Amino acid sequence: MLAPIGLEHFLVLSGALFSIGLYGALAKKNAVVVLMSIELMFNAVNVAVVAFSRYIAPATTAQLPDTARFLLTGQVFAVFVITVAAAEVALGLALVLAIYRLRATVHVTEMNLMKQ
Amino acid sequence: MSEAAAWLVLFLPLASFLIISLVIRPFFNRYSQWAGYLTILAIGGALVLSLMALKATTGHEGPIGWDPHSWITVGSFNLRLGIYMNSLTAIMLVVVSGVSLMVQVYSQGYMKGDPGYARYFAFMSLFTASMLGLVLASNVVMLYAFWELVGLCSYLLIGFWYHRPAAAAAAKKAFIVTRLGDFGFLLAILYLFFHQGAIAGQGLNSLEIPDIYRAVQTGLLGTAVLTWLGLGIFAGAVGKSAQFPLHVWLPDAMEGPTPVSALIHAATMVAAGVFLVARFFPIFEAAPATLRLVAVIGGATAVFAATMGMVMNDIKRVVAYSTISQLGYMMLGLGVAGLAVAREGHVTAEVARAAVAIGIFHLFNHAFFKALLFLGSGSVNHATGTVDMRLMGGLRKVMPWTYITFVIAGLSLAGVWPLAGFWSKDEILAVALKEQPVLFALALLTVFMTAFYIFRVVFLTFCGEYRGGAPGEHGHDAHAHGKPHESPPVMVVPMVILSVLAVISGFWNVNGAFSVFMGEGQTKGFFEGFFGILAHPLPWIAMIVAGLGIFLAYLMYGSKRISAERMGERFKPIYTLFYRKYYFDELYENLFVRRSLVNGLFAGFQKFDTNVVDGAVNGLANVTVATGKGVRRWQTGQLQLYGLFMGIGIVVIVLVLLFAG
Amino acid sequence: MTPTGLEVSPFFTLVWWVTAIGIVVAAWSVVFLRDVLKAALALIGSFLGVAGMFVMLNAEFLAAIQVLLYAGAISILIIFAVLLTRDVFRGNPSNRFERLAFFLAGALMFFLTFVIIATPWGQLKDAQLSPEAQAGVAQVFSNTTPIIGQLLVQEYVLPFEVASVLLLAAILGAIVLVREE
Repeated sequence: MLAPIGLEHFLVLSGALFSIGLYGALAKKNAVVVLMSIELMFNAVNVAVVAFSRYIAPATTAQLPDTARFLLTGQVFAVFVITVAAAEVALGLALVLAIYRLRATVHVTEMNLMKQ
Repeated sequence: MSEAAAWLVLFLPLASFLIISLVIRPFFNRYSQWAGYLTILAIGGALVLSLMALKATTGHEGPIGWDPHSWITVGSFNLRLGIYMNSLTAIMLVVVSGVSLMVQVYSQGYMKGDPGYARYFAFMSLFTASMLGLVLASNVVMLYAFWELVGLCSYLLIGFWYHRPAAAAAAKKAFIVTRLGDFGFLLAILYLFFHQGAIAGQGLNSLEIPDIYRAVQTGLLGTAVLTWLGLGIFAGAVGKSAQFPLHVWLPDAMEGPTPVSALIHAATMVAAGVFLVARFFPIFEAAPATLRLVAVIGGATAVFAATMGMVMNDIKRVVAYSTISQLGYMMLGLGVAGLAVAREGHVTAEVARAAVAIGIFHLFNHAFFKALLFLGSGSVNHATGTVDMRLMGGLRKVMPWTYITFVIAGLSLAGVWPLAGFWSKDEILAVALKEQPVLFALALLTVFMTAFYIFRVVFLTFCGEYRGGAPGEHGHDAHAHGKPHESPPVMVVPMVILSVLAVISGFWNVNGAFSVFMGEGQTKGFFEGFFGILAHPLPWIAMIVAGLGIFLAYLMYGSKRISAERMGERFKPIYTLFYRKYYFDELYENLFVRRSLVNGLFAGFQKFDTNVVDGAVNGLANVTVATGKGVRRWQTGQLQLYGLFMGIGIVVIVLVLLFAG
Repeated sequence: MTPTGLEVSPFFTLVWWVTAIGIVVAAWSVVFLRDVLKAALALIGSFLGVAGMFVMLNAEFLAAIQVLLYAGAISILIIFAVLLTRDVFRGNPSNRFERLAFFLAGALMFFLTFVIIATPWGQLKDAQLSPEAQAGVAQVFSNTTPIIGQLLVQEYVLPFEVASVLLLAAILGAIVLVREE
């Protein structure tokens, strides 16, 4: 039947998620949707990082028992990524709201004040 | 004499220049007397070292060789700095530092209270350093650098009172006219460099002066090459020494302070042209055509300048024309001596030395008495506030020292036995007679005119009644002159010293010692030479001619038995021709400057500038604007588009890495 | 290298595939649904799926955070924003670079997949570990939470504190931005 799940599976999933997020971030007019797409990309990265931590790190960092805890460095970085994502989404949505109040739109194509 | 001591000759005045211009003038009083004292001290040190060099080269066969120091090495090209010390170098060192020292002492009095006091001494130090460097240089590039530096100093010092339009214009004129000659010299240097390949096989460097000598002696360079080289070098000499047809700058250069004229435009820088010919004499010797040209130009200039000197009313200009004339004399001496001695069939090296001895001996004597003449006229100028001789007169009583020293210098210039000028002039006359009677006639004519014009100055300035001095504020400085008075001791003492030198400097070769020092001839007893020369007819002829000149000047300006005005009326066309300097200024101005340069060349430049240069600049601007307009369309302000571009860029990089990496 | 041995079971494989397809479909919906509110709800589904993936990667702590922070807090924020901007009715239109962006994302997907498959991960995975090391790895992955806490306040304490400052700044910035004048 299906091959056992390995690193490649997680990475391809991560790549798919990232590509969908990229498409949304580049192609969508609605600023909120753009932010959501960016969250998708963050998630894709987290999946990849944790998968590396799970499959690659033991072969490279766990040669000595007393450094075994560094296996989880990938997970720790995922924590930081989530933190940054939270900050980013809070600020991003605040910006969207502020712009909406000012110009009554959330379409990024209409946010071109710098051009004028 | 160690090499360090020889370098010190150059570096002492240079240090003085640096200290004055970087320390004293910016941080202390610019009227500070220390600038002058420092200059005097430095140049005094240089003089002592020069005398040591003179002693070291006496009896020393050939040059004292020090290995030059490598400066720039590019591939096989090797440019080196070094000192070429031989008797010619030593004698020039003594002349330059000696006259310079006297002039600096004199300047302490002359420049007192001038707003540019420190600047003046800085420039003077720099000039002295450059002139010494020019003399010491062992390769042509170094020589050329110092050659241009003295030109620069000359420019700076002629235009010292730059607020006067005449001074500024004269400075420009001097610089531009000498540049014409310098260009010839530069071409000669490039030509030498071009011929490096011909002599490199012998391990010689075409830019090193000793190597050039050796190349010429061993016949590595053909006569045609040497002729072109000689012409180029002589062009430089013509410019610097104000020989016909580039003589026009020197009279105007009198706009500078008088001590500057004494040092630069009488004793040293203008003599650099003569020095240059002497330095490269082997080249001239091997190409007799150039030697003939040197002799002819020298002889022609001597007469030509003397005629103009006879009619000028400006005391400094008379002396300036006299300088041109005497420089022509030196060139004549070098040329005919070279030709004459060559005919007797010596080997080249000895010929060169003998001929150089004759020319340089006159340079040596001339430096002292001509500097003295300038200092004397500066002293008169200082006292009366004018340089116009028609406003002077009767200064004999109030300025006895100036009078006596001026007369001594005048007699020396006229060539009266036993003063210095007599000895060197006699040598030139003798060798000219032997070689070329026409040139001898020119030289004799010059002797007559020289005696006439210099005693015209003496009678107009010092005899008769005082005619009022400066009408306006013509003087070089502001302090009011009530009655003319003798100059302060600080000015008189150098004049006295120089007058002693103007008497005795000629004695050096009375017994042939100078020629021996220069490497040719033999000595005889001093008294044998001193009086024995009077047994020959030639000195008598020359002295009678000179006496006639003096007598004529006395009749016209001393006793007024012949009216100068009526003479001027009778020979009006000639007088006007002389007075207007043969219309050379007008000729150059109209023919070359206005017609050829301004209307021809510069108009072409302007066309080139507006069409090609401006066109290129405007075209570039237009292309930039057009490109900007095009690229601006991409700058939509749409953040997502920028993200898209980034993505495309990443994809391109990935493609490149995958398929090309 | 099987710290738990669970991965080889067909059940695990099945669950993985279901979760993965769910995540992709949910993400696809986020981008392509016309209703932004529904897109936000699909995003929550995607977040939950990723949390499941974390579980399958022996990252239980991260899974918990994912649910709490993403599926809980961030999703709520996004839904608030959607509602507050009242733009729901204008749908979820694309801009005029849609095709180019789609092509670009497709190319990226293609390249990533190509690279992932072409890379010989096996060399790293099959590295021989000593039995003690294998035991250590198994122990670490059996209970990750205390080790993550240890890492955060010991080795990574500086990034940890910087992150807290960042969060504080973000909160302040957000308040300043949305405050009524």
